[in-house]
Amino acid sequence: MSIPTGPAGTILIILIMALVTLVTRFGGVFLMSFVRISPRIESFINAMASSVLIAILTPMAMDGDLGAKVSLGTTAALILIIRRPLPAISGGILAAALVRQLL
Amino acid sequence: MMNASLYSYHLQANRVRSEFFRLLPISLFVVAFGAAFGLAAVQKGLAPLEALLMSTLVFAGASQFATLDMWGPEMSVLPMMAVVFAINSRHILMGASLYPMLKDLSPGPRYGILTVLTDANWAVAAQDYQNGRRNLEVILGGGLALVMAWLTGTLLGAYFGSLLQHPENYGLDMVLGCFLLTMALGGRKSPRIIVAWVLSGSASMIAYWWLPPHTHVVVGALAGGVVGFFWLERKPS
Repeated sequence: MSIPTGPAGTILIILIMALVTLVTRFGGVFLMSFVRISPRIESFINAMASSVLIAILTPMAMDGDLGAKVSLGTTAALILIIRRPLPAISGGILAAALVRQLL
Repeated sequence: MMNASLYSYHLQANRVRSEFFRLLPISLFVVAFGAAFGLAAVQKGLAPLEALLMSTLVFAGASQFATLDMWGPEMSVLPMMAVVFAINSRHILMGASLYPMLKDLSPGPRYGILTVLTDANWAVAAQDYQNGRRNLEVILGGGLALVMAWLTGTLLGAYFGSLLQHPENYGLDMVLGCFLLTMALGGRKSPRIIVAWVLSGSASMIAYWWLPPHTHVVVGALAGGVVGFFWLERKPS
């Protein structure tokens, strides 16, 4: 099935996208309401939660250009050393900009 | 623990406000992504108001960009739905991870605040929870800051997009990545978490290279979760 991207079609496509996205936003909480939260399930959830970020970031670092790699490396070093997010983020952005401007 | 009331969590307006301001700095950078989206949308032939409508109702950047990639005179509905679902399926895990807090919130606000759930405000809530602080206010307050930024950016990009054609030259494409990294590394670290990370990162790369596109986040996160399932931490609290 296809939708032509005229004015009405575009709005229909946007509504479909919105619905699918809303299902993902509500889905996890809805499904969890049928699960009994045992310590094991809670441990699963906690490990999964901190793994989400790693799963997003690893391909970004591995598949990114040099600017992306240096950027993430700079932010990682800064947050571990000075432990303050805003300088660490700024450092990472600056590093990416410098690498891409200079190389 | 359902003694006094079924729903013990009540969102506090003053905390919602302070969390709004807490995420305002990062939101300013989100304006740049929004602008990149607005520009790309107009270049694909969407009207500025259509781009704005998409950013308002969908509010999920990566999936919006992916849809633009598929944009043409006609759109095949099922492939588009599959891509949007795959990219946004991480919300399912993110929402599930907040369930221990969300179950204490009455259903109206519970599902209400989930409409503005996205990576940045979720990451803050998840990190606070790991540190023993229950913070759903950041989902709402931070989410509103992020929505505002996303919409402002979309409009700016759609109308004045040529001002910022290549945000990556200024490192702006790395803002969210760097932010999420500080959230990941700033949290509690234990041998268990490190093992979960190694497994999650490896699984994510395997999925990124060899599984269907856009599945790597969910695959990696579930792989990390399995570590937690089999390796329980002795609970101090």
